[in-house]
Amino acid sequence: MDCEQAHLRVYEYLDGELTVWKRRAIARHLDECPPCAEGFVFEVELRRVVVSKCTEEVPAELKARIAQVLGITDAGE
Amino acid sequence: MADPAHFAEQAMPLMSALYAAALRMTRNPSDAEDLVQETYLRAYRGFEGFQEGTNLKAWLYKILTNTFINQYRAKKRRPEQVDLDDVEDFYIFRRLRGLEAADAARTTEAEVLDAIPDSEVKEALEAIPEQFRIAVILADVEGFSYKEIAEILDVPIGTVMSRIHRGRRALQKRLWDYAERNNLRPRVDSATGG
Repeated sequence: MDCEQAHLRVYEYLDGELTVWKRRAIARHLDECPPCAEGFVFEVELRRVVVSKCTEEVPAELKARIAQVLGITDAGE
Repeated sequence: MADPAHFAEQAMPLMSALYAAALRMTRNPSDAEDLVQETYLRAYRGFEGFQEGTNLKAWLYKILTNTFINQYRAKKRRPEQVDLDDVEDFYIFRRLRGLEAADAARTTEAEVLDAIPDSEVKEALEAIPEQFRIAVILADVEGFSYKEIAEILDVPIGTVMSRIHRGRRALQKRLWDYAERNNLRPRVDSATGG
């Protein structure tokens, strides 16, 4: 596998969507090619940052409103 | 058949994730609240039809997504056009690497990402054209598999992959534009950089 082939599969690899054989082929390439490995790590970091910066607190009134509709008195999680 | 008494117990803990997704979809807190409330109502009413033991989270996201598409999204006939032809894979990474090529001592590229404010990341996600945005939210923020997203959106897996791919490119472009405008870059070591 070369860099170009590895790049084509970066998202499927990181999304856990490849067969075990394709995963291994990419993992082998990343072992041998630090620049590609760093690029892959960066993509993981980017996703981590996006997830951690996009969390939200549910407004208390919304939680209470829904709990009431569902017939529960304790709206705690 | 699912027992409605189990619904609240299983569905309430998922509310903050659903609310965050609703906010990114509607881009408006009041619409997001309505969307989440509507989703819980519909899910509660339909819960008897839900196969207990299957994926409740995916089922709730399907209701959320369908409700959003049918009721809340801007009435647009055509998908938004966005030019992503010049956005290649590893878009941000390549640019950061280009900037720091000469610097041996540096902080990591990831620290540049950490320096982007939450509000900017949210706006970048919300700026992705809608049909790509929903796919990216489901994949990256919620961690659904391609197959689950295909079922939630009722489209083939190939379509899911292409939407996620294009959405991620749009996200990278937007985040990079911010980083560049604000001069965020891997820091040069002060001992060597002066």
